[in-house]
Amino acid sequence: MSENTSTTPRPDRVTLFASCMVDQLAPDVGESTVEVLEYLGVMVDFLDDQTCCGQPAFNSGFRSEAYPVAERFVNLFEKVNGPIVVPSGSCAAMVRNYYGDLFRGNAELTDRAKRVGDRLFELTEFVSQFFGTDAISGSRVGTATYHKCCHLLREIGVDEQPIEMLTNIDGLEFSPLERADVCCGFGGAFSVKMPDISSAILDEKLDFIEANGSSTVVAADTGCVYQMQGGLRRRGSGVQVVHIAQVLAESIKTVIHRR
Amino acid sequence: MKPLTVNFRSKAAMTLADAQIQQSIEHVYTGFYKGRLTAAGDTPDWEDLRTKGKAIKDHTIAHLDYYLGLLADNVEKNGGSVFFADDAEEARRHIIDLAHKRKIKTVIKSKSMVSEEMGLTEAMNDEGFETVETDLGEYIIQLANETPYHLIAPAVHKSRADVAKLLDEDYKDGDRVPDATELTMMAREKLRGVFERADMSVTGVNFAVAESGSIALVTNEGNGRMSTTVPRVHVAVMGMEKIIPSIQDLSTMLRILIRSATGQRISTYVTMVNGKRRPEEEEGPEEFHLVILNNGRQKLLEDPQMRESLNCIRCGACLNACPVYRKVGGHAYGWVYPGPIGAIVTPVLTGLKDADNLPAASSLCGACHDVCPVKINIPRMLLELRYRTAEGSTDKDERTSSATERGIWKAWRMGMMGRRRFDIGSRIASIALKPLSRNGWLTKVPPPISGWTSTRDFPAISMSSLKSRLRKRNEGSK
Repeated sequence: MSENTSTTPRPDRVTLFASCMVDQLAPDVGESTVEVLEYLGVMVDFLDDQTCCGQPAFNSGFRSEAYPVAERFVNLFEKVNGPIVVPSGSCAAMVRNYYGDLFRGNAELTDRAKRVGDRLFELTEFVSQFFGTDAISGSRVGTATYHKCCHLLREIGVDEQPIEMLTNIDGLEFSPLERADVCCGFGGAFSVKMPDISSAILDEKLDFIEANGSSTVVAADTGCVYQMQGGLRRRGSGVQVVHIAQVLAESIKTVIHRR
Repeated sequence: MKPLTVNFRSKAAMTLADAQIQQSIEHVYTGFYKGRLTAAGDTPDWEDLRTKGKAIKDHTIAHLDYYLGLLADNVEKNGGSVFFADDAEEARRHIIDLAHKRKIKTVIKSKSMVSEEMGLTEAMNDEGFETVETDLGEYIIQLANETPYHLIAPAVHKSRADVAKLLDEDYKDGDRVPDATELTMMAREKLRGVFERADMSVTGVNFAVAESGSIALVTNEGNGRMSTTVPRVHVAVMGMEKIIPSIQDLSTMLRILIRSATGQRISTYVTMVNGKRRPEEEEGPEEFHLVILNNGRQKLLEDPQMRESLNCIRCGACLNACPVYRKVGGHAYGWVYPGPIGAIVTPVLTGLKDADNLPAASSLCGACHDVCPVKINIPRMLLELRYRTAEGSTDKDERTSSATERGIWKAWRMGMMGRRRFDIGSRIASIALKPLSRNGWLTKVPPPISGWTSTRDFPAISMSSLKSRLRKRNEGSK
């Protein structure tokens, strides 16, 4: 179990970037994120004006539409200090790794975007980096497996940490998913633009999920959660797909609050 | 080879529905992908090697004119000839003329993707030369009258029974399926005679070494070595990017190429050719010719956003890692290079307008970037090409997006530019979809997202945003 070895002081206050999808489609995930952070003694601020990082349009090639939305994001979040936490590896990757491409030709904005990006963390990245993967030790009875969302894994570099966090939960019987690091086929607009290909990739994922036998699949990005859950429902499967923030939040409800 | 990129969707759909191909193509993951993973894991300095490989290619491509000049000088010094072909047609004509002048009858080919670009085998057969592919996979593909399915495994989509049918006219469905060794022996018997009577060979080039004027070939079947030693004329064909400065560089590149391609530490054969037979030597060709092909590569070189794709060493690792390639197969991509690398180079080499589905057909999972031995950032370039097709950013003619699509993203932007609009838009959507939802899920949604519910349920949009939930939460705690 990796302990927190960081010499950086643990942040006690962060700003939440919900991501448009969590904000409007899955507010439960947002509330769970707040509960997890508060459990760790972190005060969470929410900027009421936030909307989206611009990724959907950027990934579809519509950069002139993505640009003002992303610039708005930078303007909004550069006004606050301290870490920014987002429960999505995909949105974190957009800001950290792709704003440079989007703002190409505007050095001043690129530089400001980089300073915001340097303070932006994906949720499990934030928890494991500053508090350790063993910082949350609640209990939740049941069987679970974990799907490694692509952008969190390859763009942000968070690999086994969420699994360490899950195996730290009492009563949770964890079994690793075969081909956990292979895409679920979501890919944003790709999933509706080329549904047959997206679904063929999903089918392979769902076969491995059903073969795994766990009753819960945990993932760290809402798009992937919906892709897998939507496909499982269509198959008539009772397997539940949940965001890792929800599992962590449920598990800590069973223990006495630290404060 | 004529690009058929415009057929991507229909070809992909055919492959998705073909259970046999789906099963055969699994091998690229269970065999090649897993093999690469193990080989990389067993190589302690793997990441350093990749970094070194990228640096070598970055440097070479940045000074391509210089190194091509050096290579040409040294090949000629070794007694060979060099021909720079601007396009496939020019290359074809040069090689065919060369064969006619020497009264060639039989040409043996070892595997080369660049010769596929030229459509060389077909053209030479049309000219009356007996032209035979000698790589087993390529031979199967030639018999089937198809194009390669994969950069290093051209017949990976064929089952053993398919191959038996191609190699043995008497083979019928229901007969015992021969094993791989038996099939190889069947092909060997057929090819042996061709090797013996061949008077010219055409091979590819895995790396051309500028400082020595040599070419390196990586093969597993020995046909490459036969091709470079038996016939009296040897023609090697290469894309102009397949060049490295020195022999030291070759050692790095071979290590990353072979591990990335098949998971082997080294291939069965690594053949180095320094040109034609020397007076004191007993074997080897009397003539050596190197044909260096541009065929649109200059466009990649001049394109700062796409130039990195010239670093590619054609190992095929990105295909094996790609969840899309593994479902739609190699033929869907419609030209010589399939998979993620094909999705970025084909549109530039053959025209983006007809190939706009190639960069679109990606979940942007990044597995290709992760496995690339020279760290080509393929997802970045897919996004760049999407930008060009969506907005015609570099060339208005390349814009293929529909007015509807452009309208949708404009509306999206307007919705995202203010929090009130963002909230109102979402609530309208949640109310509109509410009658269709059961237990928080929908089985059918309207366009533009109707594609989703063809195979998946769609989540009902929440009646409240996180903002309003958190506000209530804070009020409750006061």
